[in-house]
Amino acid sequence: MTRFVAGRLGQMVVVLFAVSVLTFLIFNVIPNGDPASRMAGKSPTETQVEAIRAEWGFDEPLPVQYLRTMEQVLGGQAISYFTQLNVRDEILRGLPRTLALAVGAAILWMAFGIALGLLGALRAGRLSDRLLTFAALAGVSLPVFWLGAILSHFLGYEWGLFPNGGYVPFAEDPLDWAYHLVLPCATLAVLFTGFYSRLVRSNVLDTMGEDFVRTARAKGLSERRVLLAHVLRNSLIPVVTLWGLDFGAVVAGGAILTETVFDIQGVGQYAAESVGQLDVPPVLAVTLFGAFFIVVLNTAVDIAYALLDPRIRVGER
Amino acid sequence: MGQSPWRLALRRLRRDRIALAFGALFVVLALLALAAPLWADVAGRGPNATNETGTIDVGGEQVDVVSLDGVPIGPQWRGEYFLGADANGRDVMVRLLYGARNSLLIGIAAALLTTLLATLVGLLAGFYGRWVDAVARSALDVIWAFPVVLLGVALGTALALGGLTVGPIDLAAGSIAISIAVIAVVYVPYMARPIRGEVLALRERDFVAAARAQGASATRTMAGELLPNLAPTIVVLAPLMVANAILLEAALSFLGVGVVPPDPSWGNMIDAGVERLVTAPHLAIAPGLMLVLSVLALNVFGDGVRDALDRRGGAAWEAERP
Repeated sequence: MTRFVAGRLGQMVVVLFAVSVLTFLIFNVIPNGDPASRMAGKSPTETQVEAIRAEWGFDEPLPVQYLRTMEQVLGGQAISYFTQLNVRDEILRGLPRTLALAVGAAILWMAFGIALGLLGALRAGRLSDRLLTFAALAGVSLPVFWLGAILSHFLGYEWGLFPNGGYVPFAEDPLDWAYHLVLPCATLAVLFTGFYSRLVRSNVLDTMGEDFVRTARAKGLSERRVLLAHVLRNSLIPVVTLWGLDFGAVVAGGAILTETVFDIQGVGQYAAESVGQLDVPPVLAVTLFGAFFIVVLNTAVDIAYALLDPRIRVGER
Repeated sequence: MGQSPWRLALRRLRRDRIALAFGALFVVLALLALAAPLWADVAGRGPNATNETGTIDVGGEQVDVVSLDGVPIGPQWRGEYFLGADANGRDVMVRLLYGARNSLLIGIAAALLTTLLATLVGLLAGFYGRWVDAVARSALDVIWAFPVVLLGVALGTALALGGLTVGPIDLAAGSIAISIAVIAVVYVPYMARPIRGEVLALRERDFVAAARAQGASATRTMAGELLPNLAPTIVVLAPLMVANAILLEAALSFLGVGVVPPDPSWGNMIDAGVERLVTAPHLAIAPGLMLVLSVLALNVFGDGVRDALDRRGGAAWEAERP
């Protein structure tokens, strides 16, 4: 087991290293990607460009640049090429916003996913189940950025039921904070609710056929108790696992579109704006931050499963 | 041999009216996209033809296509400006149909490329195991570790500036080939992983051992024994892959790294329309509805295909991870 965990952790470090190298390369080997000439503004002289190049070290070999950039990113010293602001400060400024959005959405999609999934499973094959399945597919088919823009326009601007985008810090006004988060969280949750309700439905249906459910019924438990204590509990195990992974993915950059549409100014929006300017340090930092979330959570799940199921750790080795 | 399960699935699919109806809806949308030039003839202008100062006849009166304060005219429900104009006086309906060409072409081509790459990687990794598997899995893990949209935007931005030439492959800057390649690569792990898992299971089956014992080469075993057994999984995943690719293309175009304006795609039309929701809501609503309809059609049809092939569960990934 120790060997399995060590192997997994080693793999994690290798993947993160590869992600950082790849991100760095994407922005540094492309033609016309020379940051110095872009930073120098419109119609710069060659000497200006040279000066910037020397000042920021763009004339050094790529591996040296990579190491220096990584040192700055990991040490919290990285500076944006364009705004000259500290990247770590910017990420820390956006993090509470992204987290608030992700937590709110995750709670919504889990609650609705379980409720609708259970309902579908109990009515399996009937009209209401078919309608729920269709609604779930519709939810999965809605592009977040479009749904967000439409909701914020009609519910926000036209009918004035909700604020029209933006974010209010919790410390400033908790009520307004929550009020501003309702639409973004709901928008982000729609897609996942569609996905989770289908997952819960099929898991519940699978579990209902298990022997232990028949046993529970046979010993005279009420249907309600069978359902809640035996069926639902067992069918939710993989769902909860996935919930953790998806939450990580949302924090790690999955909310880019939602944040942009509602102007939340979180980490995702910061990344999207930086990518547009080919601003390497913030992109590298956010990508690594996101990849870290995803990889750590995935590794944690792998290890947890291996702890529970010895077959996995033998097979994987 | 191998015929009857497919025939059975086909019979089941034929009975699933809803799935068939939505499959047909997608075909209709694709045909509309193909017919775009015909509609451009009816409307009297191409997708990129601007008309900022022109006027049209509305109920006997001459009305500006784009008013003096920049508000485009709304839907006219007739040949010219059927769905109204955009801020540059271009015909929204014509752009919608030409945009459908770009969106659907990119979606379908990217999904095909993903399917090809994922099948290849999954087959090789699962069949050979050992270091081949280790290399393939690390590569997939690295792509997997990137947030999907972020990787798409990063690759798209980088390639859009300079293009990329690798051997015979030439991705010119600004071409839709870039979107196709980016989307295809981003989604490979989502398809390669289930395929690899299935190959691992199939490899241990008796019929594979029998083929090997008869002296079948590795290539022959993969193509003749494993691939036919992977086909149901591939067939189930493919329509969902197209749906996700269309969505991601729209997202990339929305963020400004997909189809390059003035050429239309649903994503960049929504992007331009969102800014004008207040004065001209039709600009964002029309392409959005087309997007939702085509993706929904594929998802419902794909769901029916999966039911028909009896592949419930297992592929618990059909939703896009945004």
